[in-house]
This record gives sequence, structure tokens and C-alpha cells, in this order.
Amino acid sequence: MVPAVSSPRREAPAAQAEVADLLATCAREGCRARVAGGATKLGWGHPLPDPDLELSTRALDRIVEHNEGDFTAVLEAGVPLARARAAFAASGQMLALDPPLGDGAAATVGGVVASGDSGPLRHRYGGPRDLVLGVTMALPDGTLARAGGRVIKNVAGYDLAKLNTGAFGTLGAIVQVAVRLHPLPQGTCTAVVRSADPEALAPVSAALAHAQLELQSLDARWGGGGGTVLARGGGAAARQQAEAAARVAEERGLAAELVEEDDQLWDDQRRAQSSADGVLVRVSGVQAQLEAVWRASEAAGARSVATRVAAGVSYVCVDDGEGAAAAVEHLRRALAPSPCVVLDAPAAVREAVDPWGVPEGAELQLMRRLKAQFDPAGACNRGLYVGGI
Amino acid sequence: MARVGDTRTEASTAGVQDTAVVGPGQEGGDDAARAIDPAVAERLVLQLRSICGEEHVVTHPHQLRTYESDGLLQYKVSPSAVVLPADGDQVRRVVRACWEAGVPWVARGAGSGLSGGALPVADGVLIALSRLRRVIEVDLDNQRVVVEPGVTNSAVSDAVGPTHFFPPDPSSQIVCSIGGNVAENAGGAHCFKYGFTTNYVTGLTVILPDGELVELGGKEMDRPGYDLLGAFVGSEGTLGVAIEITLRVIPVPEHVQTMAAFFATTEEAARAVSGIVADGVVPAAIEMMDQLAIEASEQAAHAGFPTGAGAALIVELDGSAAECEARFDGVVRVCEAEGATEVRIAGDEAERATFWRARKAAFAAMGRIANHYYVQDGVIPRTKLPEVLRRIYELGDEYGMRVANVFHAGDGNLHPLVCFDTAEEAERAEELSGRIVEACVEAGGSITGEHGVGFDKKRHMPAMFGEPDLAAFQRLRCAFDPDGLANPGKVMPTPRLCGEVPGLYREHPLERDGLAERF
Ligand SMILES: Cc1cc2nc3c(=O)[nH]c(=O)nc-3n(C[C@H](O)[C@H](O)[C@H](O)COP(=O)(O)OP(=O)(O)OC[C@H]3O[C@@H](n4cnc5c(N)ncnc54)[C@H](O)[C@@H]3O)c2cc1C
Repeated sequence: MVPAVSSPRREAPAAQAEVADLLATCAREGCRARVAGGATKLGWGHPLPDPDLELSTRALDRIVEHNEGDFTAVLEAGVPLARARAAFAASGQMLALDPPLGDGAAATVGGVVASGDSGPLRHRYGGPRDLVLGVTMALPDGTLARAGGRVIKNVAGYDLAKLNTGAFGTLGAIVQVAVRLHPLPQGTCTAVVRSADPEALAPVSAALAHAQLELQSLDARWGGGGGTVLARGGGAAARQQAEAAARVAEERGLAAELVEEDDQLWDDQRRAQSSADGVLVRVSGVQAQLEAVWRASEAAGARSVATRVAAGVSYVCVDDGEGAAAAVEHLRRALAPSPCVVLDAPAAVREAVDPWGVPEGAELQLMRRLKAQFDPAGACNRGLYVGGI
Repeated sequence: MARVGDTRTEASTAGVQDTAVVGPGQEGGDDAARAIDPAVAERLVLQLRSICGEEHVVTHPHQLRTYESDGLLQYKVSPSAVVLPADGDQVRRVVRACWEAGVPWVARGAGSGLSGGALPVADGVLIALSRLRRVIEVDLDNQRVVVEPGVTNSAVSDAVGPTHFFPPDPSSQIVCSIGGNVAENAGGAHCFKYGFTTNYVTGLTVILPDGELVELGGKEMDRPGYDLLGAFVGSEGTLGVAIEITLRVIPVPEHVQTMAAFFATTEEAARAVSGIVADGVVPAAIEMMDQLAIEASEQAAHAGFPTGAGAALIVELDGSAAECEARFDGVVRVCEAEGATEVRIAGDEAERATFWRARKAAFAAMGRIANHYYVQDGVIPRTKLPEVLRRIYELGDEYGMRVANVFHAGDGNLHPLVCFDTAEEAERAEELSGRIVEACVEAGGSITGEHGVGFDKKRHMPAMFGEPDLAAFQRLRCAFDPDGLANPGKVMPTPRLCGEVPGLYREHPLERDGLAERF
């Protein structure tokens, strides 16, 4: 490997062990590798110089197992999420991960897990950390290490699957995951509640989060001086669930519309959590903070806010431009101590503000020790992650 | 696998049975033995006394005996001292003092663990967390509750009820501590639908082995940085002590519907389990009992289950009334199609409670069938239930021992109970139990679904994990505990030091004695 070349060496191994070999070579030679799946999130994290080695999981694209009766599957990291979901849907099953899939729906299973990204389905099914049963990592010491298993219940060994979920490949490269699947809901129906009054809408969203409805998704949206709460029922009683959600809203003085052909509504929600030309900030808040998030976002000049109501996680989109960094800082100040992470954003913004915003302290120190244990040479996405890890 | 002991005693009200040891008490626990200078140990005890108060540091051999085992009684180790801190700050100072003295320690919650996780280290300190019992904050608006680790699992749901609950519900929930649940990633009967402890922990305040306090997570989810919470939950007390725990709680279901179905064979019942799930139903619980378990349970619980039946399934649906009703008939039909001889539907809460009483009595009631038993905890892919159950009965025949099965069928989480009558049979029963867990791994499953690896099962770890996997586990451990002071000798099959070249290991004292290789 030749360090400091102007254009990175590109590799797309078709064997998992080869990924580990390449990382080990890289570690030995002190080079930087960047692991990429669908390359849909390369604009996340600290801006980095070009890597010496661009390691794509593209060719690791086998659906290794689909155990229909067990509702589990084993997937190589490079399988596009859309392809996996389509394959499972053919058997009436789903991998309940529905984050935005990026250009050409290129997002891969490995990339989604490594970035910890999720979509509206997390309301009912949790995020990647809750759905991944096991993981195989290519480590920069040249080994392939497995953790977890491929059964839905298992407490043997340390949960390195969770540790690597959302770790952005900084501890090694995810080359394979085992996941839990769920029944694909037969029908869906969404109750849509609209209001221009945050003081009327926020209590409806809170009431829905506390109602005994078992909704598939519960989202809110704010922007342009008005907002929406979307409550989606799924399964045998989807319509009754949406009707019950509508009643919850009506009891609080807001009317609801029921939409059966509701895919478009939810595609829009997912679109609102990514941005090709703006700056997207993920706010990790709590439920009762919703109105404060709306107000802070308005004050920061945000275009729109999409929220997973029960999880308390919001995606705030602000325009790129001179005010973008200031808008991020405004959100951080107004919503402290809730973490505000810059996701999609031009490099200039991610240079002007720390995209992660994790303060120095014991937790970050521990993360640094972890990085030093797994990737002492800094071969894996060095500098990308929190605290410059 | 756990010897739950002398089953002739009745189950206690706590749902955890009284236990007594049969046969010679087996030594264990101290494979991380290190020589500790007696003068250092003495100084440490003085320090612990000044931190927690004279009366909260136990050193008298008689009193230490209370703490020498957890729920798994065949291993006993006496620590040099047991300390009972009053709050998180005392825990921090205790851990710090141990670190300064280079003395290993073990955290202990309620001591109900079934894998020897809270087994003390000889010459070490046992940190008992039973006095940390405060519910710190109930924040229902945000569906969170913040508690100290000694709070019991049931007390958490009590604190947020009647509108909300904490879903993980181990059978030991009246006694086991939330700290222990976090350390073991505890599950329960309802985790097929609701998930495990790890899906509900959003924040932890942890004392690291060097005495430093670190806050992992908080009330918020999706925080930036490594998911250290995810790594800590299920780490069996080897990464630090949790002194404050923030949990997500959820609204109680609107509606619950429960049925018991009886079959001629476990094979039919297992096919019904698969059929129900294949239909797209996610029941809150699907529990199975085989004939021996039904027979035992009937003698204790008198639920009126047909003792001639080969298997019983308890299926519970919960959620919105509309969804339950839409699904329930389908579940009944699947059971009938798979040959159910009888299906009983709980007409009211009393009947539902009866079904669950039968299920929950099964463990303790084994005493009416045999003098002693071992509880195994293994997992298999659900579709392998028929063949693995068959294998378990074959193994039982081979050993001439009866094996009862009462377990979480939806999760494929088996709890085979190996029955034996005399102390002389203990060793063979243990061997049989080990063969069963091997069969689980061969079927693509796991050596433990909820009881943890602890001390007892670490010898089975190589059946599931290779050297590179174990080396990766060790890297995690070393980031938290470079000096190897936190619960040493647990989880990993062979002791290793941080910075050690993988592959080098010291011989286990039990291995040397030829004791640990009996499997
Ligand atoms: C009758 C019976 C039924 C059971 N049923 C179930 C069941 O259905 N599901 C299930 O999952 N388990 C079950 N168990 C096992 C046991 O109850 C659980 O593992 C429980 O979580 C242990 O809690 P504890 O407080 O007793 O922990 P302990 O036994 O005291 O400790 C367990 C482990 O946790 C560590 N630990 C304890 N507190 C802390 C802390 N604050 N910080 C860090 N580490 C800590 C200890 O070091 C040890 O490694 C059952 C046990 C019995 C006896």
C-alpha cells in the first residue's frame, strides 16, 4: 500500500476475510481506510481528507440465510436494504428498518447498522440496535470476530453487535449481521391531525404516545407555521387503531383525517430526515420537549422538523448558507442538554461546528480507550467520529 | 446450568424456592486468584468501614456464608469482606479503595442469578447493593423511571403503574434487582413481543473499576458516540457497577387474552407455536410445558390441567382490543389444526391467573417428582423445537434420568430440568445438562438465553465463540477494566490479562484439578 497517494486505492472484496486482511495491512502501514457501503452517508461526521484505502462492501452482497419459520436472516453488509426488504416481503415478512435510503436507494444493511439510522418503524420495532442479533466484524488486527448469534434471545458473551451499531465503522468493519424479522403488516391506515397551534398539537402527540394503541408509527412534522401528527396503525386492526387515534385527537379538540393509501405520507416523513442541499440536525430529546424543539427550530430558521414522537428524536432541517453554523449552535443552546448532531451537511458546516458535539469527559475518555483497544493504529475511519475518534 | 437444590422444600412466596445443597459443595470461582498481602487486605477493611460504617462491613466467617453463593448453590466462595454501601457515592469510594489496594471485587444484587455471576472472589470484596433501593424519579411524561440498582424488578412496575409498566418480567421479579437485570440482560415470559432489559435501558451511571464515575446515555435515545449502554447491559458485572439506572416504561396494554391448549405430544405443540408465529401473530407470551412439567405443576397448583396431556401451551395476546380479537380465533384454529385435544380460553382475570399459576408453579413443583434438579438455560431457533426436544428426551433415556421441560417457546428459550434423586447422581445429571446445552449450540442456538454465562457456563463459551471472538470480547473488557478487578473469572472461558497476547492463557485451577473438564 502506498501512503499519501492523491487518489485512494479502491477495493471491493467479495470475501469477508479479505476485508480483515486489508484493514490489517492498512493498520500495519499506518494508512487510513474508509469503509463504505452504499456511500449514502459519507457526508456525516468530521470532514476528512481522502483516505488511502477506500474499502467498499459492495461485493459482500449475499443474503446468507433467510430462516422464514424463525423470522431471522443473516445478511452480508453490502446487501442493499431495499433488496433485503423486498426479498423478505415476498414471504410476508419484513426487516423493520426504514431509514431514508439515499440516492438510488443505495443504502446497505451494513451502512444502516454502522450509522444507527432508522425511520418511522422504530416506534414499534426499535432501531438497528434492537433488531440486530449478531454481528461479524473485520478487525484491524486481521481477524473476523463474531458476537451475538442468530437466535432472537441470547445473552452469551458481550454485545459487540450493539457496540458497533452506530459506531460508523471506527472499531472495524461490519461484514455480516444477523437480524430479527417481523410479520409484514397486512394493511395500514394513518390518522392525520393538523394544526397551526403548537400548544394544541403537542398535547395530542403526547396523548397518542401514552395511549394503549400499539401504533406502527407515530410521527410529528412542523414547518412553515403549521404542523401535523401522523399515527399509523398496522396489521389486522389497522383501521380501528387509526380511528382510535383520531378519537384521542378529537377529545383534545383537533379533528383527524383517516388515510388508507398512506405510503406517500410516510415517504415524505422519511424524506424530511435527510437533505441533499440543506443541513440536517438530529436532536435526541425526550417526549415532553416536542414543543420546545419546534420553537427552537423556528427561531433557528429551520425549514422543517420531523419527529419520532415516542422516541423523542427529531430531525431538523435548516438551509445551508452563512447562517447554518449559527443555527446549529442556536439549537444546541436552546435544547441543552439534548444532543444535537449534524448529519447531512456540506463539509464547510461540519468544519465550522463540531458535528457530534460530545463534550470532553469521562464518557468520551472511555470511548477513546475503546477505540485504542480495537483500532490502535487508527486504520478505521480515523478522525470521523465523536471527539475526533 | 443451575442446581436449584433441594426441591422438597415448598416454593417461597417470593417465587424463588428455598435451596439447600446436596452432595459435597463444589469449590469454584477463584480462577483469578491473586496473592493479596494480608496487611493490604486489613487496611482495606478499615477503609471500607470508614466509608460505609462499622456495621455495614461483614468479615465474620459465619456471616460471610450468607454471601458465598448466588442462586446457583453448587459453587461457594467466601470473600474476604462483604460491604453494604448506602448510596452511589459510597459505592464509588469502595470501588476506588479496592482499586488503590489492587483488590478484586464482585457486585451483588439480590443474588438470585443462576450462573454464578455474583459468586465472590476469594480474597476479594463483595459489594452488596441491597441498600440502594430508592426510586429516584418517576417521569411518566417522558416514559422514564430512574432507580437505584437494588430496587426490585416488580418495584419498578409498581412505581410507574397502573398506567405504565416495565416489560421484562423474570420469574424471579419479586426478589431480583434491577441492577442484576441490567447485568444479566434479564428476560421473562413476555419478551417474545416486548424484548429484553437491554431494549429498555436508556441511561446508566456507572462506577468504573478505577472508581471513576461515568454517565452512559440518559433519558434520551440515539445519543452520539459508541453505544456503551448496549455494551454494559448483559456484561455480568465485569465492566463496572451501575449505581443509577434510567429505564423506559410503556403504557400497559389495553387488552389481554389468554388461552391454554393441550396436545398429545410436544411435537404437535411445537408445530402449533411455529404455526401461530408464521401467521404473523406476535403473542405477548407463548409458554410450553411437557407432560412431566404438567404433572408436577398439577400436584402443586391444581389448575385442573389434564395430567395425561403430552404438552400444554399457554398463549397470551395483548394489545389493542381490536387487534387481539382479530387474532385470537386464528390462534385457536392453528392449535386445533395441529391436533390440540382441548383449548381453554380464560374467561376472566381469575382464570388467566390460574393458567399462569400452573406455569409458574412448574419449576418449584418438580420437587414432587424428584428430589433434586438442575435448571438448564439454552436457546434454539424456534423451528428446531421438535427435533431438539426429541434429542433431549433421547439423552434423558440414555442417562436414565427424567427431564422436564417448561419454557419460553416463542423465543426458543429452553429450560430443561434434569431430575435426580440422590447426591451420587448429581455429577451425571450435570453431565446430561451439559450435553443438552451442546445440542442447543449444534442446532444453531446459544448456551444461554437469560441466565448468563457467569462462572458456570464459561466452559461452554468455546462451543459458540472462537479465539478471535473471545479476543474481541477481551478488548471491550480491557477498555473498561484494564486491571482486571471487576468480577474476574466470569464470562471468559480462560482468564486473561489486558495487553496479553491472545492465545496465551493460564490454566484454570479447576482444569488443573480435572474438575472443569467434565463436560
Ligand atoms: C426462581 C428463579 C427464576 C428466575 N427466572 C428468570 C427469568 O425468567 N428470566 C431471567 O432472565 N432470569 C431469571 N432468573 C435469574 C435471575 O433472577 C436474573 O438473572 C436476575 O437478573 C438476577 O438479578 P439479581 O439482583 O439477583 O442479581 P445477582 O444474582 O445478585 O447478580 C447477577 C449478576 O449481576 C451483577 N450485578 C448485580 N448488580 C449489579 C450492578 N448494580 N452493577 C453491575 N453488576 C451488577 C453481579 O455481579 C452478577 O454478575 C431466575 C432466578 C430464579 C432463582
